[in-house]
Amino acid sequence: MSSIAYARIRNNPQFAQLVAARGRFAWFLSAIVFIVFFSFVLAVAFAPDFLAQRPFASSNVTIGILAGLFQFIVFWVLTLVYVRRANGEFDDLNKAVLDAASREDK
Amino acid sequence: MRAMISVRSLALGAGLFASSAFAGDAISQTTKQPINLTAIGMFFIFVLMTLAITYWAASRTKSTADFYTAGGGITGAQNGMAIAGDYMSAATLLGLTAMMYTRGVDAYIYMIAFFVGWPVILFLMAERLRNLGKFTFADITAYRLNQGKVRTMAAISSLVVVCFYLVAQMVGAGQLIKLLFGLDYGIALVVVGALMMVYVTFGGMVATTWVQIIKAGMLLFGGTTVVILAMTQFNFSFDELTTRAIDVHKLGTKLLAPGSLLADPVTAISLGLGLMFGTAGLPHILMRFFTVTDAKEARKSVLYASGIVAYFFNVVALMGLAAIIIVGQNPEFFEGGDIGGAIIGGGNMVAMHLAKAVGGDILLGFLSAVAFATILAVVSGLALAGASAISHDIYSRVIMKGKATEKAELRMSKFATIGLGVVAVLLGLAFEKMNVAFMVALAFGVAASANFPVLILSMYWKGLTTRGALAGGYLGLFSAVTLVVLSKSVWVDVFGFAAPLFPYTQPALFSMPLAFLATIIVSNMDTSRAAEAEREAFGDQYVRAQTGLGAASASSH
Repeated sequence: MSSIAYARIRNNPQFAQLVAARGRFAWFLSAIVFIVFFSFVLAVAFAPDFLAQRPFASSNVTIGILAGLFQFIVFWVLTLVYVRRANGEFDDLNKAVLDAASREDK
Repeated sequence: MRAMISVRSLALGAGLFASSAFAGDAISQTTKQPINLTAIGMFFIFVLMTLAITYWAASRTKSTADFYTAGGGITGAQNGMAIAGDYMSAATLLGLTAMMYTRGVDAYIYMIAFFVGWPVILFLMAERLRNLGKFTFADITAYRLNQGKVRTMAAISSLVVVCFYLVAQMVGAGQLIKLLFGLDYGIALVVVGALMMVYVTFGGMVATTWVQIIKAGMLLFGGTTVVILAMTQFNFSFDELTTRAIDVHKLGTKLLAPGSLLADPVTAISLGLGLMFGTAGLPHILMRFFTVTDAKEARKSVLYASGIVAYFFNVVALMGLAAIIIVGQNPEFFEGGDIGGAIIGGGNMVAMHLAKAVGGDILLGFLSAVAFATILAVVSGLALAGASAISHDIYSRVIMKGKATEKAELRMSKFATIGLGVVAVLLGLAFEKMNVAFMVALAFGVAASANFPVLILSMYWKGLTTRGALAGGYLGLFSAVTLVVLSKSVWVDVFGFAAPLFPYTQPALFSMPLAFLATIIVSNMDTSRAAEAEREAFGDQYVRAQTGLGAASASSH
């Protein structure tokens, strides 16, 4: 692929928009995962009694179990959210950028 | 019985946690059991099926692209299943069930740490890996740097990771097969080594991927069946299950509360980081991202893989809890019928005993065959990754400077596979009596410290230069190996010294930042003309990473 095509894409404002939007979204979701998981790790280390509590009188389920299940579900849902947006909205934008570059080639 | 794997050492407390956690993949001494014909029969069917696939795959493995990455034609769903197959080892099934059985919810917390890396790999790496990589991850790190030097380094650290991981798997395979099938350790090793060589040399990535997919399917089916059958005894009620488990377990109500396992935050954070970034630096996992058509499919792969892994961990957690009552209260499964004494075959047999209790010899045989198949699949993936480092990076790009014909490179990759297979069997025999837990810690430590920092910086940081990459990569490799040698698992358990010089067993928390620092400092100090050109080249690489323009495609061969 020629450097000219790359340079052209770099100067396309749509490319800047794509990179900024997708990057922001990816880091935002990563930050959620990091914050939730490491808060949980710290809770395990410093507040195990809190995680041992049972929020429902009729059930053995503890806050620790709920927090674990919550993470499995939510983290997976976040991957779903990212894949949908990246494969849809962002890839459409990506295609527009590539199309523009190949049009100018002619 | 000496058959307890990581579980016994896990019980020793949080200080040993990291070592035991990574020992999840290493299975130590076991006692040979009577020959299990159902299991051998089921495994035989699996082998026939996979050999038929290999035969079919061989006709589709003509180019190097076919061999390394199945021609880039694997779909996201298939690849996701294969990645999950790579990630769910025999130790996940046996070790984590046993851990849940003895430690309760602590094991569940540990499974989350195992899972949490996947979303992050998706958000920050999956797309760039696919857009920049071709056959090996060194294609990415060497993209705008000095090909010869950077590839040599990446190949060395890849081979260190692959060899240690391979030996740990082989020793585990021998012990496990002795236990489940009643075969000799040596025979087991030769069977695993020979089948792996056949799959990889003839079928390349196509066969390896399908072996992974089939095995992952069997694992999911087996685990789900055991859980459903077990839960019928508790009317499918989590509360009935846990109430009865709490009644009989020595931990009592603490069974469902976090215990001492992760009480030390340094160990816990080090575990989380080590698993997350170690996974993101394992050559056989990274290679899987190059097998799909494009970035879209690469993203889908992670979606499927993480969904399957999350589901399976929850299945394993339920298996462990159900085993507390079904296995733990049945004298048939204890030495001398002594409930609460030593479990027949060792602690890791809990999952197998549960299968037998709820599904008889058929289900036991099936699950044993799954465990064998699992080892075979993981070993094949590792061998392929190692072979590609030798043939693609060292032979084709460094020695022949890109002038090797495709045919010669393909031949070299097959020799490399056979060589790795022989080395793995010989080392497996040599290490039979040793505690190989440190090898898995070492593999993850080197992956996180030598591969990951250079890889992520090459994708994200314009300032990276060849000198910086070499300094950081080699320092990461050296410091990870040194810290593991000075830790308890080698210094005390192998060399027999009284106390370890390095108090933790997972080196990543220390060696990884060291590698990052060295890479960044040396890159910034590098004022050579070559470095200038390397920084210049980032612009084009960045466009390719983001848009996929110029990325290796499925139709390129």
